[in-house]
Amino acid sequence: MAEKKVCEDLVKERKKCTFNVEELTQLIDGGEDKTKERREVEDMVINAGGLSTKNEVPEEYLSHKERYENAIRKASILFEVFREYAKAHDTTDAFSPTNKYRVSFGVVKDISPFMLHMGMFVPTLMNQSDPDQVAEWLPKALSMEYIGTYAQTELGHGTFLRGLETTATYDPSTEEFVLNSPTLTSYKWWPGGLAHTANHCVVVAQLYTKGVCHGVHPFLVQIRDLETHMPLQGIKVGEIGPKLGFQTANNGFLGFNHYRIPRRSMLMKNAQVLKDGTYIKSKNDKLTYGTMVFVRVLIVTDLAYELSRAATIAVRYSAVRHQSQPKPNEPEPQILDYVTQQHKLFIGVATSHAYRVTGHWLWNSYSKVIKDVSKGNMDQLPELHALACCLKAVCSRDANARIEEFRLACGGHGYMASSNLPIINGIVTATITYEGEYTVLMLQTARFLVKAWKEATTGKAKTPTVSYLVEFYNNGRVNWENTPSTMVKGFQAIAAGKIRTAYETLERHVKSGMDYEDAWNMSSVQLVNASEAHCRAILTEISWKEMVRLSTIVSPSLAPVLLQLAELYLTYWTLEKRGDHLMYSTITNGDIQKLQTRYEELLSLIRPNAVGLVDAFDIRDEILNSTLGAYDGRVYERLMEEALKSPLNAEPVNQSFHKYLKPLMLKARL
Amino acid sequence: MGKVNEDLIKERAKCSFNVEELTNFLDEGRDKTLERREREKLILTKKEEIFGGPPDYYLSHKEKYETAIRRAVVLFSLIRKLHAKNNTDLTNYKNILSVIFGTSISQDGSPFGLHYIMFMPVFMSQADEDQQKKWLQRALDCSIIGSYAQTELGHGTFIRGLETTATYDPATKEFVLHSPTLTAYKWWPGALGNTANYCIVMAQLYIKGKCYGIHSFIVQVRDEESHVPLPGIKVGEMGAKMGLNIVNNGFLGFEHVRIPRTNMLMKHAKVLEDGTYVKSKNPKLIYGTMVFVRVVIVFNSVHMLAKAVVVATRYSAVRRQTQMKPGEPELQIIDFVTQQDKVFSAVAGCFAMMMNGRRLWETFYIIDEQLHKGNLERLGELHALACCLKAISTSDSAMFTERCRLACGGNGFMHSSNLPLTYALTSASCTYEGDNTVLLLQTARFLLKVWRQMDSVPLTPTVAYLKEASTPGYYDKWDNTVDGIIRGYRTVAMRKISACVETMTNKIMSGMSQEDAWNTTSIELVSAAEAHCRALVISTYHEDMSKACEGMSPPLAEVMQQLVQLYAVYWTLEKLADFLQYTPISSTDVAFLRSWYVELLEKIRPNAVGLVDAFDIIDEFLQSSLGAYDGRVYERLMEEALKSPLNAEPVNQSFHKYLKPFMQGKL
Repeated sequence: MAEKKVCEDLVKERKKCTFNVEELTQLIDGGEDKTKERREVEDMVINAGGLSTKNEVPEEYLSHKERYENAIRKASILFEVFREYAKAHDTTDAFSPTNKYRVSFGVVKDISPFMLHMGMFVPTLMNQSDPDQVAEWLPKALSMEYIGTYAQTELGHGTFLRGLETTATYDPSTEEFVLNSPTLTSYKWWPGGLAHTANHCVVVAQLYTKGVCHGVHPFLVQIRDLETHMPLQGIKVGEIGPKLGFQTANNGFLGFNHYRIPRRSMLMKNAQVLKDGTYIKSKNDKLTYGTMVFVRVLIVTDLAYELSRAATIAVRYSAVRHQSQPKPNEPEPQILDYVTQQHKLFIGVATSHAYRVTGHWLWNSYSKVIKDVSKGNMDQLPELHALACCLKAVCSRDANARIEEFRLACGGHGYMASSNLPIINGIVTATITYEGEYTVLMLQTARFLVKAWKEATTGKAKTPTVSYLVEFYNNGRVNWENTPSTMVKGFQAIAAGKIRTAYETLERHVKSGMDYEDAWNMSSVQLVNASEAHCRAILTEISWKEMVRLSTIVSPSLAPVLLQLAELYLTYWTLEKRGDHLMYSTITNGDIQKLQTRYEELLSLIRPNAVGLVDAFDIRDEILNSTLGAYDGRVYERLMEEALKSPLNAEPVNQSFHKYLKPLMLKARL
Repeated sequence: MGKVNEDLIKERAKCSFNVEELTNFLDEGRDKTLERREREKLILTKKEEIFGGPPDYYLSHKEKYETAIRRAVVLFSLIRKLHAKNNTDLTNYKNILSVIFGTSISQDGSPFGLHYIMFMPVFMSQADEDQQKKWLQRALDCSIIGSYAQTELGHGTFIRGLETTATYDPATKEFVLHSPTLTAYKWWPGALGNTANYCIVMAQLYIKGKCYGIHSFIVQVRDEESHVPLPGIKVGEMGAKMGLNIVNNGFLGFEHVRIPRTNMLMKHAKVLEDGTYVKSKNPKLIYGTMVFVRVVIVFNSVHMLAKAVVVATRYSAVRRQTQMKPGEPELQIIDFVTQQDKVFSAVAGCFAMMMNGRRLWETFYIIDEQLHKGNLERLGELHALACCLKAISTSDSAMFTERCRLACGGNGFMHSSNLPLTYALTSASCTYEGDNTVLLLQTARFLLKVWRQMDSVPLTPTVAYLKEASTPGYYDKWDNTVDGIIRGYRTVAMRKISACVETMTNKIMSGMSQEDAWNTTSIELVSAAEAHCRALVISTYHEDMSKACEGMSPPLAEVMQQLVQLYAVYWTLEKLADFLQYTPISSTDVAFLRSWYVELLEKIRPNAVGLVDAFDIIDEFLQSSLGAYDGRVYERLMEEALKSPLNAEPVNQSFHKYLKPFMQGKL
């Protein structure tokens, strides 16, 4: 980026910045050493041979098949680089999930076919195998002799785990399980890497032994020959076809035709099947929740990162793009100066910070609860589960909305694949559905909240994240002041009010003679609303507190910037949800008008630091992959350069003219 | 067609109204339905040529284009036949367009789309008689294929900022077209990349050193025989996009390209041989086309959303999930109230926008006639109306389409569901032909002007409510009916507009410039324009549907009224904050509306599949594994997957080349 001139507008923007960009970068990374380490990893990968995307036909021009082949080639080289580094440094620390996730976009623009190997296969082996199994399998998985994936969902079944149809029937005569897919809808469907990449797979199936079904259990299954890669006899495997995103994730389907695996292929850390077919129950059913919660926690911080990528693109582009002439004889202003544009952009930047700090807080809560669980204390598990459910759901949906807003804020150019915003959209929008669908997760949180409300009515609140219910059980309305602490309280009052309303609706239906589950269904729109309100109460409180805490440990020039972002986030949501505040607090139209004015003030305070704020995300051009967002702001040059890489531009006349177009046009002349 | 899914058979048996009656209503007449089906039959005679072959999404970018051209040629030969006569009248022309878009033949647009949507309408409204004689028939016959080039790499919204120049040279009686910078390159026009050989180019007109602003020119860009770009023309395609990949959007640069004087479209302004500039008698006449295009977009967004709701509704009837009660089968997901909330609100949204599209078209037709008679009175109103309806219909359509997609879970993420591309197309319409934020601000400008003149100038129909709503006592007590909601919406719009006027006035009084006051108030201005538009949409939907119900059989009328109510209640709850701020609604009313909403969902539930069947979108046009009429969802998902070239061989070559050496640590 240094060799070419940086766009004048960006040079000016960077001069305006009031804080030290490097300081914020280190804060985001979690410390100076972390920043250094991340950059080392990035340097190493970007400079590795065979990975550069320069002078290549960009992925989006390739056929579906070519795109996969390209991804496999690069993903293999990338993992080789990781392996070398690990050897040289005698550590795997530099490959913390975050670094790996980030840098992989510098190699393949979309999701890697190996993603589920590290993301689900290895963690499941670690968490659910017994020690002997770990000793046997883990080294092979880590060295990637076994390339694995995780197969749970089926063509006809997703959310409802108990409805899975794949069976694993124990045959004591040969000490084997027989895996079978009895119907089309029982085919495994979706696992990343399953189609043509993985040779092993953790398969979740209904366990039958001695004629009794014991529910779903995990099995490690080899699906392809290690030498020839041919699918093994009795295995039907292939890919499920192109999708909105995840084009290179190689999602696959898998069917079994009475396929036999040894007894010890069942992952036996928890439940077991003995040689004679005796089933030994897991001591604690809830132990397996851990992985699920872990993945949802990670999703929140990943979303913070995806937001920072999209924000970098949209903010830099908005500083470079000029449009309209509101005042005669003046040059066209940067679109970043339009308040409607700031309204679209800055909340996205603030949201990235809010998610990052909330994600870290959630991570700490998770670690603590898991420690307790290992000591046999399960008290906090339902709360953590409820928390991870609603945070994953709300953050994914909001992040998707923010990213679409970023993309639309870039006008037509945001629609170009070369802006990279469409791919980011594909990655983020998928998170609303996978690992627990939005509405389903919200309703799971609602079950917890309904219980919590019942407890609160007796004046008790066992767990900290719902302690606010007790406070608002009696006096529903908050005395409004336009201060951050009142706004935070206001969100708690809304949550309490909505939980109460949903609860009362539920009770009313039950009293009218409905089954509980029918009553639940009839109240579900309100129950979802209640969970959302609860989640907003958590998000606003935690992000505000954490940002305030961070502002006390940074330099005086950075502190006010962090506070502005935190206040922007609070104010934005207070205005968005002003209808709810009107119902559950004493806020007036006058207060709302003042808040709106304050919101606009915050936009203008953040405006001069906008480019500095996204520079601090420190996403290298090679990883950002965007014509609109590169550090130098050479937007138009890059758009044209990328367009010229289209194979359609390699020849002045496409063959289809002679074959089809000309005959059509000639026919008209006859 | 295979056997129809049992659940769908049951759903269809439940329907309380005559589906065909609703289909006829949607087509605007029984004869129109029959005509449409005839057209579809004709298209299906070439089924294999138009729809056959591997699905687009497996192809490379280049192959996609080549396939699209192969298919488009077959299709447009048929369309050419269909409309050989009566093709210069605007209504007839709109019908051609509705064949192209209404039937939604392609999943991802068409390389000939712009020829019909922009090139021809602009040409018809701006070319003088001689020019029409020379080119119009050829364009209608597709003997020439055109594009329309306005936006540039660096310039979109702000038309006056375009950089391409057309400089008149009286010595040779030619214009010299030139692109002085990289940012002056035309960028985006559909078909321009590799398909069109003609193009209408918007450029700054210079005569004798003086700039007269932008004018349109018809320019040949490729040789008619060889298709090679003409000298001085730099043309190519602009690359891969989120959607619209077969539209063949292109770029175009000029290096002092000379065209005859008579290539300037001269129906309005003219340049005489000696370089004398003759002003248009009415420079605003060209607005007509722009409005026309926006009307077409409103209809198009209805068609797109219709596809999404058909897919989501049928899939929700077939998909089962979760055993609510022990011993019972898993529920059809359409029985979950949260699913009904997502899908039925979209169905209602589709009807609401359709009725508004029809009203807009009527309004446009009336005002366009007045325009041509020299009566410009309602031009501002029409412009403001088309702006905000384009903005709201496209953003609602994108929003509802995305909700429908998400309502289909992971399977809605599959391209074979056709929901991703449907979203990509509706989403694109939020920024093209006027970015929605910019359009809402234009409507706001009109509203503020109206507000300031309210006491001195009579109000035109779409803003007449402002005066009524601002009289004291207009809405003192909340009324939980659709009429009450409409009054609520009008009150909200009126209050937001008046608040903007007040804010602006205060800022200007405190010394701010008009422009800065506008910019700093723009978030509220956008919101006021949206509120105005929502007031119009709901009242038009209610009025026109009530009228239409008079001619319907009672069972159908009942369902239509339920949808109106659902739409009204849905949007009241969505915009509850505004109602709480500006109307007498109370929390008891809110609770009432919430239960009313769930009651309406329950009432609509048995007719859900019937409602979407009535859209009568045949499987070949719907192109969705999840939405086909027979509901064979899982079979189709697997069939489509098996078409993947990756599934044609058990082991992909990349295993031997990369994966194996890597696994063995030999890479």
